Amino acid sequence: MNPVLLWFHQLGSPPIFDRFAARWAPWCYAVAFVLMGIGLWQAFQVPADYQQGDSFRIFYIHVPSAMMSMLVFGVMAVYAAIALIWRIKLCEILAMACAPVGAAFTLITLVTGSIWGKPMWGTWWDWDPRLTTELILLFLYLGVTGLYHAIDDRRAAARAAGLLAIVGVALLPVIKYSVVWWNSLHQGQTISLFGDSKIDPSMQLPFWLMFVAVQFWFAGSLLSRARADNLRREAGKDWVAKLAVRP
Amino acid sequence: MNGPSLVQAGKALLVRDLRLLWRRRGDAFQPALFALLVVVLFALALGGEPQALAKVASAVMWVAVLLAGLLSLDTLFRGDAEDGSLEQWILAPVPLAWLVAVRVLSHWLTTALPLILATPLLGELLHLPHDQLPVLLASLALGTPLLSLLGAVVAALTVGMRRSGILVALLALPLYVPVLIFGAGSVARSAQGLDAIGALLFLGAGLVLALVLAPLAAAAAIRIALH
Repeated sequence: MNPVLLWFHQLGSPPIFDRFAARWAPWCYAVAFVLMGIGLWQAFQVPADYQQGDSFRIFYIHVPSAMMSMLVFGVMAVYAAIALIWRIKLCEILAMACAPVGAAFTLITLVTGSIWGKPMWGTWWDWDPRLTTELILLFLYLGVTGLYHAIDDRRAAARAAGLLAIVGVALLPVIKYSVVWWNSLHQGQTISLFGDSKIDPSMQLPFWLMFVAVQFWFAGSLLSRARADNLRREAGKDWVAKLAVRP
Repeated sequence: MNGPSLVQAGKALLVRDLRLLWRRRGDAFQPALFALLVVVLFALALGGEPQALAKVASAVMWVAVLLAGLLSLDTLFRGDAEDGSLEQWILAPVPLAWLVAVRVLSHWLTTALPLILATPLLGELLHLPHDQLPVLLASLALGTPLLSLLGAVVAALTVGMRRSGILVALLALPLYVPVLIFGAGSVARSAQGLDAIGALLFLGAGLVLALVLAPLAAAAAIRIALH
């Protein structure tokens, strides 16, 4: 068998995944912290916005976490689909590990947006399409987590919550295009992964640093959360007992 | 294999559901009674002023209907899960999604339809402007089946639990919000003298999509719960 494919198949085994996650999660966090440190420092070096002044700097936290709030939901739905179709136990664990992380990103987005909105729009909250859909996304994340913890059988719980995640994916395009489809108080898209961004190049560097940093942050928390859940499910197996005895 | 046809099986299920409800007529009035209570509480909380009530009447009607539907969601599959008939549904020679669709129809007939019929009366309690009534009825007629279909997915997801409680509401509300926005939005638009047809068409499109996809999703959820 192809060695890469073999490694990938072996990763589905709980003990091998545990070693993999234990090894790489700290590295992911380390990279995330370093990039975030440089990014935030850079965020205060770039020139102030001609209209919004210094308050635009919250952009460097708000937008990366907003992008992650949607991306994590997509990742969760993909893992859930794999878990439902091929019954891979590890994918159930990974999908369910996504939910609290995504909820945290969504909450950060809502809070920073609210703080940004007060000086710019003169209000903490507005029932604007994008704000409303982002709030619904938070409820969906909470629903997935709540459902997962409400069912006793862990595997059935993960599959049911995964199905909810797949149903909820219908919301993602609505959030993404809400600023295009409706007249919105929220500004349109200014930065784009592919193609031209409408933001000055001198202001872009901190954003990209933060953007890569949150990816690593997500990878790190996904691995450590999945590892914890994996250990909890496998508790009682020999390899977990050996791991517990070893200092 | 010569099993019953789709129509025969659907008819048998529908007749059974309606007969069960008829034997317990008192329960059948609960959703309507609940909606009436919500309407009365809103009217009293707003001080009973006709102008203030007329402005929010259509929104209150939508919320009352939505909450009444939410209240009865938990019982959608619970009885059948407890006495084991849901397992027979899975074993039945007709598709599970079809039986789910028939059950949703009977849920809609018994909870939403009486409310739609009572809407003119409840609207009168709220001083609903008469020119808004046709749009409100149209939006409810398109929106309530959509609520029942989405609710069926949620009810199927929670059927494996002994007590679902607040979780049903937490799961259903994100799915209900778009329906509420377009449903109540259509009446609000017509109240401003704008054309309500756009929002109604959105509701209709959502209904067509949900009619196809929701029974399939609910059937998948039932299979997971009873696995």
